[in-house]
Amino acid sequence: MIDLLHHLPVLQVAIPLIAAPLCVLLTFGGHRRLAWIFTLIVSWVAFIIAVLLLRQVLLGSEISYAIGNWPPPFGIEYRVDAINAFVLLIVSGISAIALPFARAVVDQEVEQDRHILFYTSYLLCLAGLLGVTITGDAFNIFVFLEISSLSSYVLIATGVRQDRRALTAAYNYLILGTIGATFFVIGIGLLYMVTGTLNIADLSERLRPLGDNRVVHAGYAFIVIGMALKLALFPMHVWLPNAYTYAPSLVSVFLAATSTKVSVYVLLRFLFTVFGPAYGFVGLTFELIFLPLAILAIFAGSIAAIYQKNVKKLFAYSSVAQLGYMILGLAFANTTGLMATVLHIFNHALMKGALFMALGCVMYRVGSVSLTSLRGLGRRMPWTFAAMVLAGLSLIGVPGTVGFVSKWYLIMGALENSWWPVAGMIVVSSLLAVIYIWKIIEVGYLETASDTPAVVNDPPLEMLIPLWVLVFLNVYFGIDTDLTTWVAKNVADTFLGVGK
Amino acid sequence: MSAQASILLALIIPIIGGIGIAMTRRSPNLRECCTLITSLALAYTVFCLLPHIKNGSEATINLIEILPGLSLYFNVEPLGMLFACIASGLWIVNSLYSIGYMRGNKEENQTRFYVYFTIAISSSMGIAFAGNMFTLFIFYEILTLSTYPLVAHKETGEAKSGARVYLGLLIGTSLGFQLIAIMWTWFAAGTLDFTSGGILAGKVDPGLLPFLLALYMFGIGKAALMPFHRWLPSAMVAPTPVSALLHAVAVVKAGVFTVLKVIIYIFGIDLLADTGASTWLIWVASFSLLAASLVAITKDNLKARLAYSTISQLSYITLGAALASTLGILGGGLHIATHALGKITLFMCAGAIYVATHKTEISQMRGLGRQMPFTFIAFAIGSLSIIGLPPFAGTWSKWYLALAAADTEMWIIIGVYMISSLLNVGYLLSIVATGFFRSANEPSRQQTLPIAEAPFFCVLPLCLTAIGCIILFFLAEEVVRLLRPIVS
Repeated sequence: MIDLLHHLPVLQVAIPLIAAPLCVLLTFGGHRRLAWIFTLIVSWVAFIIAVLLLRQVLLGSEISYAIGNWPPPFGIEYRVDAINAFVLLIVSGISAIALPFARAVVDQEVEQDRHILFYTSYLLCLAGLLGVTITGDAFNIFVFLEISSLSSYVLIATGVRQDRRALTAAYNYLILGTIGATFFVIGIGLLYMVTGTLNIADLSERLRPLGDNRVVHAGYAFIVIGMALKLALFPMHVWLPNAYTYAPSLVSVFLAATSTKVSVYVLLRFLFTVFGPAYGFVGLTFELIFLPLAILAIFAGSIAAIYQKNVKKLFAYSSVAQLGYMILGLAFANTTGLMATVLHIFNHALMKGALFMALGCVMYRVGSVSLTSLRGLGRRMPWTFAAMVLAGLSLIGVPGTVGFVSKWYLIMGALENSWWPVAGMIVVSSLLAVIYIWKIIEVGYLETASDTPAVVNDPPLEMLIPLWVLVFLNVYFGIDTDLTTWVAKNVADTFLGVGK
Repeated sequence: MSAQASILLALIIPIIGGIGIAMTRRSPNLRECCTLITSLALAYTVFCLLPHIKNGSEATINLIEILPGLSLYFNVEPLGMLFACIASGLWIVNSLYSIGYMRGNKEENQTRFYVYFTIAISSSMGIAFAGNMFTLFIFYEILTLSTYPLVAHKETGEAKSGARVYLGLLIGTSLGFQLIAIMWTWFAAGTLDFTSGGILAGKVDPGLLPFLLALYMFGIGKAALMPFHRWLPSAMVAPTPVSALLHAVAVVKAGVFTVLKVIIYIFGIDLLADTGASTWLIWVASFSLLAASLVAITKDNLKARLAYSTISQLSYITLGAALASTLGILGGGLHIATHALGKITLFMCAGAIYVATHKTEISQMRGLGRQMPFTFIAFAIGSLSIIGLPPFAGTWSKWYLALAAADTEMWIIIGVYMISSLLNVGYLLSIVATGFFRSANEPSRQQTLPIAEAPFFCVLPLCLTAIGCIILFFLAEEVVRLLRPIVS
């Protein structure tokens, strides 16, 4: 048992990764329900491992695991510290909550003979995201990134049964995602060229004496742009809205809550662990590139969201804005701002997970998520809609929800830098969120459906319970912020080298 | 009952009542019983706190700390006590009135109406007892959100667009200005607790104080300071009980209550008096006061006229606070009470007239006083109280406010108060005159008409509050005695 605990870091990735082909073998020709149960169990195991890892990190210190006993920097190292243990928890946690919800929506939205392959891709995607997060090796990040991306293209394309536009959405994502990954790997290559290492900890040490090397500059630029594409930083966000909109509900929930967060994590890792704001050229990008792009993302995303007729697309654009908040926090380059970024990675996963899940419920019952089809649903699906309203309030940042916590730190971070106009803009952007959330509330509660399709009511409990678990977490972590702020503070201090 | 228990109960009782109302929705009689019992229980709980406060003992409770230094914290002080007493006391009367009005008008969705009402009352209690600006802000927002369905109650296009203005202005100002002000305060002072004498002295550059004050004053949209007053007339599409309790008492008084709290406990009146940071507010509030009165005269719709009158009266309180003197604060606090009683009477009269005759325009009300004598007499009493004539309650608050102006040697402000009182006479008493002395046009109606009052449950409450206006005239000294500790 002790031995097993020691191998937790590799099990975190290996279990879902091995489970994916097993899923095909075990259930091929068998009952399609089996694939779902298998995925559900694997997800929960991954979640339990993530919890144990986080516990270990919080109690002790960083965990370093050498794959195949090849010591770093020669072998691949898995390295778990506060930030990636936290992201592992988010990814596996969302997956664990989303899968009970999955059975009904996947039955309805994905063609039956594809279920087994669907769940296989899902497991691969999960393994990829967990791998990107846990690994301490730069090239390994690229490998897992590709695993998760390729499987997510497939997952998005399975939305074709609902809407054929899923195919073009997946195709667009494929092209842009591949460009992003290529940029990223070129950047890694350039760094390898000058340092001769791929291990992240080793990279950061060997880069330090190089200082103002042109190749390092280029490598940095390639990595940042590659990741900006992956995390959909405005104006490189064009793949995101359609991909989220036309994907099956489960995929929207999972990807919206996790995949871009993992890319934000990778960006943070490179900015702060590998390079660090001490490098002149890195410091420059904070104020000259990240800050303006983040603000543009927030406003462009929010304003575009206001004009959407499809609610899924509305929330997808809102995601673009929310990613802007995360980047804005790191652009402050102070402890409070970084805390805001880390908090928002977690908080946004909770909000968007809940919102897309609520839309999944609507899709399940009504068959459409256009704004007009939401008419009068406040009465007919009261639990679903109430959940949507609460998660929406969290998105706005109303006190008592998680959204408030991250906004508070974000604004405090701006004030610490004396960037008053930025603080003002954050507040104004919250007002834009009020507008698009309120549009939905108004349609749901104050308009009555003109064309009643059939008797519409709340979805079954297996869907409602996961939804409300997420909503509850939105409120719980908005009130009891000990765990999240503690982790965020720890991460921010490590990144900025405070107390070293 | 211990003070802590009372505070918590005051927050919880309305919510429990709301659940009870939702559960008894199938039987309207049971549901209305539930409302009445809840309001009585709440008032009892609140009045249990009164002796604690009169003795000057502390009543605080710290619920949870959300972020370091930011907690849900309640601390009852005299001003909050007064506000809670008014809101909970008048809720009983208004519950009776709601029954008469909603049934008399055969409104739909009555259960939803009563449920949201309880949430609104609960959040008013939260505002009254809030011990720091953060807690106050949370309940301030809940109050806005919970009253939105009440404003949009009729679900017509007009109701929806009115509700949208309502929500947009209140949420917009609170997030856009007030929240920034709160964060600025937190950033500068490191605390948001309401502390006697204020927390900002020496923390914020005196040159910036007027800006911070402006963020607060315009951010507290519920105080309806011009130019952010449009939400109040828009909210008049709501059923009249909502206008009566919420838009004459709970919501708008929550606004001016917050103004007073900010000025007394965040800035501190000494700081404002020394730096003159609130001088600009005196003029803005004076303008708001006179302009709203002038607009009120032009309104023929009774509820619209009352709404503008409310805007004007709220500015009295803001003005009193802006004077940054002891008397101004006392006068403002007292005016919260006296205006609440007067204005709720007027609104309930307007509602009673609507239930009985479906008339909304003042010009249609000729001779109506003879048909509805109780309603119109109550209306006259309420009007006189708001104008500020003895022996009605409004006399005293205006007296104190005028004294404050004299005390700070702002003679011109006394003029403002006097002109405004004359305007009050013009737009309020003319309604009474229309009702009693101008006979209806049609010759057939010139004969004596039978008395046709609104249902009993509509008329009784407004008579009670009218009597309250007279009683408070004699009890004003009590209220001042309650309030005095906050400025000494």
